[in-house]
Amino acid sequence: MAVITPGDASARRQSPPLRLLAARKARPASAVGTSIVVVFLLVAVLGPALAPYSATEQVFSEARQAPTFSHLFGTDRLGRDVFSRVVIGARDILSLAGLGTALAVFIGLVSGLLSSYIGGWFEELLFRFYDSLLAMPALLLALLLLGTLGPSRNSVLFVITIAYIPIVARVVRSVVLDTKTKDFVAAARMQGESLPYILFREILPSVLPALAVEAALRFSYAIFLVASLGFLGVGVQPPNPDWGLMVSEARTYVSLTPWALYFPAAAISLLIIGINLMADGLKRVLQLES
Amino acid sequence: MTTAALKISDLNVSYQQEGRWFDALRGVSLQIAPGQTYGLVGESGSGKSTLALSVIRFLSENGRVRSGKIELAGRDVMSLTDAELREFWRKCVKLVPQNPLPSLNPSLRIGRQLREAIYPPLNAAGANLKVLELLESVGMADPKRIARAYPHQLSGGMQQRVVIAMALASEPDLLILDEPTTNLDVTTEATILDLIRDLIKDRNTAVLYVSHSLGVVAQICDRVAVLYGGELVEDADVLKLYRKPLHPYTQGLLDSVPRIGQDKTKLQLRPIPGQIPGAELPSGCIFAPRCPLAIEICRSERPKLELPWAGRRVRCHRWQEIADNQADPRQPLKFVTASEVPNAEVETVLKLSEVKKRFAVQRSLSQVLRQEAAKQVRAVDGIDLSIGRGKTLGLVGESGSGKSTLARCIVGLVPRSEGDISLLDIPLARTLSARDKTVLRSLQMVLQSPDEALNPYLRVDQTLRRPLQRLAGLKRQELDQAVVNLLKAVKLSPSYAERLPGQLSGGEKQRVSIARAFASQPDLLLFDESVSALDVSVQAAIVNLLSELQQEHQSSYLFISHDLSVVSYLADEIAVMYLGVITEIGKTQDVLKPPYHPYTEALLSAIPLIDPEAAQEHIRLVGEVPSPVNLPTGCRFHTRCPRFLGKICGTTEPPWQEDESGKRINCHIPLSELKTLQKQAFNFDHEEV
Amino acid sequence: MAKFILRRLGFLLLTLLLTSVIIFLITQLLPGDVARIILGREASEVALQNLRRELGLDRPLLLQYLTWLGNFLSGNWGISFSTGQAIRPFVLERLGNSLMLAELTLLIAVPLSIALGVLGALNEEKLLDNIISVVSLAVVGLPEFVTGLVLIQIFSFRLNVLPASSSIRPGTGFFEALPMLILPAITATLVLLAYIARMTRASVIEELKKPYVRTASLKGLLPRQVIWGHVLRNALLPTITVVAISFGWLISGLIVVENVFNYPGIGRLLTFAIDRRDLPLLQAITLVAVLGFALANLAADLLYAYLNPRIRFD
Repeated sequence: MAVITPGDASARRQSPPLRLLAARKARPASAVGTSIVVVFLLVAVLGPALAPYSATEQVFSEARQAPTFSHLFGTDRLGRDVFSRVVIGARDILSLAGLGTALAVFIGLVSGLLSSYIGGWFEELLFRFYDSLLAMPALLLALLLLGTLGPSRNSVLFVITIAYIPIVARVVRSVVLDTKTKDFVAAARMQGESLPYILFREILPSVLPALAVEAALRFSYAIFLVASLGFLGVGVQPPNPDWGLMVSEARTYVSLTPWALYFPAAAISLLIIGINLMADGLKRVLQLES
Repeated sequence: MTTAALKISDLNVSYQQEGRWFDALRGVSLQIAPGQTYGLVGESGSGKSTLALSVIRFLSENGRVRSGKIELAGRDVMSLTDAELREFWRKCVKLVPQNPLPSLNPSLRIGRQLREAIYPPLNAAGANLKVLELLESVGMADPKRIARAYPHQLSGGMQQRVVIAMALASEPDLLILDEPTTNLDVTTEATILDLIRDLIKDRNTAVLYVSHSLGVVAQICDRVAVLYGGELVEDADVLKLYRKPLHPYTQGLLDSVPRIGQDKTKLQLRPIPGQIPGAELPSGCIFAPRCPLAIEICRSERPKLELPWAGRRVRCHRWQEIADNQADPRQPLKFVTASEVPNAEVETVLKLSEVKKRFAVQRSLSQVLRQEAAKQVRAVDGIDLSIGRGKTLGLVGESGSGKSTLARCIVGLVPRSEGDISLLDIPLARTLSARDKTVLRSLQMVLQSPDEALNPYLRVDQTLRRPLQRLAGLKRQELDQAVVNLLKAVKLSPSYAERLPGQLSGGEKQRVSIARAFASQPDLLLFDESVSALDVSVQAAIVNLLSELQQEHQSSYLFISHDLSVVSYLADEIAVMYLGVITEIGKTQDVLKPPYHPYTEALLSAIPLIDPEAAQEHIRLVGEVPSPVNLPTGCRFHTRCPRFLGKICGTTEPPWQEDESGKRINCHIPLSELKTLQKQAFNFDHEEV
Repeated sequence: MAKFILRRLGFLLLTLLLTSVIIFLITQLLPGDVARIILGREASEVALQNLRRELGLDRPLLLQYLTWLGNFLSGNWGISFSTGQAIRPFVLERLGNSLMLAELTLLIAVPLSIALGVLGALNEEKLLDNIISVVSLAVVGLPEFVTGLVLIQIFSFRLNVLPASSSIRPGTGFFEALPMLILPAITATLVLLAYIARMTRASVIEELKKPYVRTASLKGLLPRQVIWGHVLRNALLPTITVVAISFGWLISGLIVVENVFNYPGIGRLLTFAIDRRDLPLLQAITLVAVLGFALANLAADLLYAYLNPRIRFD
């Protein structure tokens, strides 16, 4: 009996995991974005070790100083070191947005996976509920919740999670609905596989690429949201070094201490741009674009 | 030969992929005379579509014509400027693509889309008249309505007619038909082929007909070229090519397709081993690694395209020996011919009685308010059949006949609405979850699309381990060996265990699918169009494999396909389905002989036979398959029946009639009368080993 | 098509109903006793009880909800905790201001971003496309309060051509307010621009790959005839939905923009309500915003259905 020998493998399409490595479609901009994100993550991890001063200590004798070597980003009108505040604020915003995103992605994934596979009234009900949440623009929902919960770190965390669960769940659902009609799922069913096996072993891998991109986007929006809430004064409360809050506080005195406004504003912008460029690169590598 | 309309000389085309260039066509030359229909056949990867796109200068972004010359009506196509190219597209060359629906703009009316194609341009009133004229010329009964319609409102066959009309809106020098009937049902394909034949008959247009189907080409072309791996390996007058192929690849293609009437007990298919060359070409003849006649020179020296005699070209070192019958270009036979299972005392494996499946159609709000009952799609509407141990039942019918739904009801992927199914006398539950493991083990299905049947993220061994572990009940330490055994059984090397589906070819994927289904050694296997998506040479290998595995395991098959030639080759019995019911059922050789059910007769006479000289009855079905929501009363087939008897067909359900061989036909016309009315749909006395 | 519209309308009503339940539950159930918020920390238990009865807070939840919804629908939006005035005229006036700003924003953002998206798609992966897409990726990253403040620095403080504050007086007409609307509108435009442009680009690129584009080209049509007569007709259909979705972004964006520019719209009112923990005002603003978003979606659905023959003739 002749056994067919493996043909020329180079002419064949690469399997999905291999495509991940062949990141030819990514732009240089994506690499820049990823580097920015890495730098911010390092700053967040090292945090207090990098900051020369306390984030909250007010040294009135050194108030309103322009950037110098001892105060890289200058000081604000209360004499706090802006560089230290920005560095320490990085940990705050990244952990808050990161944790909120992680929770939203996890809950969105599990609920989306489960409900879309089971289908029926359970799915109908859950997604009606999600749709109703989505009928409120994210910031509106956030403000409504904060307006009743009262502003605090935990409230912000809760708000991010609630606002982004439905979006993640929808992305998961769209992939699951497509995947569950595939013949390999039918084959698994004919083998009598259990529901958890089908969900996590057969379907989940197909969901992951889209989920990775969505998670990166959600992370960027979460940072956006935290900063916006801080700016509006309903998020993290003073004297915490929240970037949005710092911008809002420095605004009134922009002619006196413009650096106290520009540096945190630049930090927010740079971080979000970095994540967006990275997400875009991820999308191209995973070939999810259009 | 008169001056050629199309002349291609030494054409080389390459594609760039991931920074590397791959040759798609190497040194292809051909000529088409005005009024000639020139067939271009080859399997996927042969470069036939690339050739067609090069001629119209419509290669994708990453494709380049490296060298060579294309002349159409005396003009050098490659040197046209943009403006000239538009002019050239507008009047000299037209393309009828494979899929009509995506080729039509979804948001423009048919009339407007046709008007744009008219050349020479006419004034508004003239153009409108011309549109109606064009639509009428492609056999549209109500051109005014069609002109106002949007593409999605037409059936597939009608859409293809529109696209053909569009191609004829100018008087092109060259008409390229790129697999124009590939996605159509066989009965629709037959009417479209009739139409094409009619339309080109009295035009002086050169036609390039690109197809993977040897049957279609045999039926429609004057001359045929065979492409393999980007090279033209043979071309000849159609009769001569089919009578005496000079290239072993051509011979291999012809031997890969079962002729109707040949069955597995009398003849084996001769698949071509191996697969088409990849990026690294063999140093000699590119077909040498798969060729039964390859000798030293074939492996070292690239053969030239030679001209044995006028009007014939072949690229083979040994054509002379083949022509003189000194060398046999056929692939050797690989296994013992299947033996016929004796009919008496065969154990019944599967038994269906009155199986029905209905899907509810959602009611609109107004229907709910008017308290109308929900409409139902009666996809499967009362099926009785049984399959014996080691036997194969073939199930044929056009799309929408309910054959796939029936298969899904049997395996439990879709719960049936009514009726009983039993496997080895054990009644089967309606849903998969209610069936126990012994049932799952003895009943498996191989699914249709090789691309979707395997999880792209799981390695082959991961895919095969599950059924071995869960259904066959093997222990962990036995699994590795069992996976190797399974791979060997489907003729794949054990190294495939490590691969991901993305690293497999279509045929290899289907082998893994089959291995998975066989893992639990089931008593009954269902195949739902399992070989339809494959190239013919690969398909032949899989068909042989199935027949061999059946011999070995004595498993029973339910083989579903729209392809009657494959079904009739594999099946001991054939059931013909139409709109959810069986219209005819009997032993294969009996179903292929009159008296036929009129539907079977139409199916058989619609098959594009792989023989340009075959005499075939010309019976065509009119109209479309009716919607299963509003089934025709009486006999379901009466709206399209070419042998419509009269009022009774529309009012009364036809009776079952049985002939002396045990074949049963569901028709009002008495068998004796059918017998006198009908001739053999075609001739199939083949003398073969 | 009637079926499609009815189904969409049904979904919309259902979603709105559920959203109103969510809004009601959030504002009623979450920590914080309404009576105590109004009367302050030193209020006596008796006073609290009385107020709760007066506000109907002692009644079953379902009844409270139905009363609240009924009142809202019949135009009785309640009394503000913080100002003691009727909410409806107040909110409607601010809503008018916000709509004025939203209109100007959409007027700039929609044509501009569609043009950029189409331009990017037609030059796919070329320099122009890369510039448009990287720049828009960067712009989408800038929070409104950053872009807004930067614009104020440039146009108000350095160039001194446009006002830094947009606190228009009640009853100001559109043209009179226009100079004060420009900076906030540009800021809000930047929020929408990248999103609409990217979606349009993706949609046009997808459309360009479809076989009917080849059919049209092979008729010998000019590239612009193919683009305008065939491609955009289909590619811009999904853009209708995209614009409707971006309306949600616009609402979020306006909340921040109005605060940056001190613009008296409902976004500014919303932060005011939160500051004062003015629950009836908060509820009313949220409901109005949600209703506006829903109507935008409905309008998009209708337009989409009308322009898409696959739905219109089904």
